[in-house]
Amino acid sequence: MARSIDIDRRRKAVYGWLLLLPAGVLLSLFAFYPTVATFWSSLFSRGTRRRPSEFVGAENYAALFNDPTFWTVVQNNLLYTAVTIPLSIVIALVMALWANSRIPARSFVRTAYFTPTVLPMIAAANLWLFFYTPGLGVLDQIGRVFGFAPVNWLGQPDTALWAIIIVTVWKEAGFFMIFYLAALQTIPEDLREAADIEGASRWTYTRRIVLPLLMPTTLFVMVNAMINSVKLIDHLFILTKGGPSDASKLILYYIWEMAFAFFDAPRAAAMTMLVLLVLCVVAAIQFFLIDRRTHYQ
Amino acid sequence: MSRLARHIEASGAILLALVWVSPLVFAFWAAFHTTSDAVNFNLTAPWTLDNFRTAWAGAPWLRYFLNTFLLVTVVLAGQFVLTTLAGFAFAQLRFPGRDVVFILVLMQLFILPEVLIVENYAMILRLGLFDTILGVGIPYMASAFGIFLMRQAFKSVPVELHEAARIEGCSLLGILWRVYVPLARPTYLAYALVSVSTHWNNFLWPLIVTNSTATRPLTVGLSIFGAPESGVDISVISAATMMTIAPLLVAFLLFQRQFVQAFLRAGIK
Repeated sequence: MARSIDIDRRRKAVYGWLLLLPAGVLLSLFAFYPTVATFWSSLFSRGTRRRPSEFVGAENYAALFNDPTFWTVVQNNLLYTAVTIPLSIVIALVMALWANSRIPARSFVRTAYFTPTVLPMIAAANLWLFFYTPGLGVLDQIGRVFGFAPVNWLGQPDTALWAIIIVTVWKEAGFFMIFYLAALQTIPEDLREAADIEGASRWTYTRRIVLPLLMPTTLFVMVNAMINSVKLIDHLFILTKGGPSDASKLILYYIWEMAFAFFDAPRAAAMTMLVLLVLCVVAAIQFFLIDRRTHYQ
Repeated sequence: MSRLARHIEASGAILLALVWVSPLVFAFWAAFHTTSDAVNFNLTAPWTLDNFRTAWAGAPWLRYFLNTFLLVTVVLAGQFVLTTLAGFAFAQLRFPGRDVVFILVLMQLFILPEVLIVENYAMILRLGLFDTILGVGIPYMASAFGIFLMRQAFKSVPVELHEAARIEGCSLLGILWRVYVPLARPTYLAYALVSVSTHWNNFLWPLIVTNSTATRPLTVGLSIFGAPESGVDISVISAATMMTIAPLLVAFLLFQRQFVQAFLRAGIK
């Protein structure tokens, strides 16, 4: 009897590992091994035909920290993160509150907000190109009505990054909205009735009851927005290519450029390690802040 | 609440909606008009299909469509098989080491494939998959996110059904195929919608690992077609953009509820 249980258990373990095998192999090939390999290759110099690559320790990191472009890119990305996250969250929240209230043309409104989510970033960039084209673009045409001179939105350092930020917010706000919308629909109707009976204004009700109840959703959305602020760079390829003079260059774009345009894989690897480090912090935030919410729900 | 406030709110909502679709509406309108009419906002100008003709002739779109279609199919098929097997193992089998491996899998949620482009590219070269559709799709097949989603779906299947199938003499894979997979159909549908729209829209990785017309997906094709160096004008780029987004956009407008539900289910887990 004990023997057959033992065999059964062993068989289960074999089955379990066999079922995991295909996914495990691919995860190892395209996630775990590359992570380790990235770290490893960030410690070696770039091999040239004359000089083979050799172990240089932290030299690639040092070179990176001495590279002024790197710091520009970091600054750009910090601004990109610091603006896109709160802006898209606030817009998403407003959208959700509106799309959830009784207004005319509600289904049109919802569709309009969500549509950018299903478009490729490349297509979104093309759509926005016509808004930003100097002189002929929609923005300048509107500006002309009010007597403003044409602006080269994408071609000058002061505005290029902001033009990129607007496209990102446009793309992701509708996506975040649906999570708020879903959360709003779980708020029981009697809370509103109670607030009405107490004579609370709509604003008080929103601020004191709705917003606190949406807190878990906000945290979830925030983690997503943080990841997006690393990931969403496709539109750079169409709109600015990181220019002018690196004013709109973001980290992932710089990694791509370093590896596939300048062919400096080791330095790209060093930069990748730094990004992974940041993503680890985001993961920690997710685990400690967000997963805690399940305890008191 | 005052009627005025409600009116203001409704107008705000509709105004924002109009602003939000305006890039799309403008590009749609420009795609059907000559460039000079488009940039001058000549609202009474005649409609034309010339831009679509020019755009269609300017690049092998049919091939790009086929490539994108093959890509999303390959990715989805791979994801279904791998995540089903792994999700089932994590949900229904107890064996030593399972939980450690599960945490490793969860870690992959944060190691974005987008960030590992340098080493993943080296891996694709090593495997001889450069410039193949499989090479574009393979890094996404063992999706940690999909495994997690399937695990959740399989966990909610009642144990009694599993036991009943076993007593009837069903093998483990038979139980998975006959009991678990049919019951998880809504999760598969949601996952499929999210996966297809993600990979239809993916750009950076396909840009890196494709190098020929025979493998390039729509997004990469569109970026080459619209590059300023190629000197195409606004209306033609609009037409090309409209063409590439049309299938997904139409599908979305038709099955809006399913799309939104899918993204929700996928996000909230």
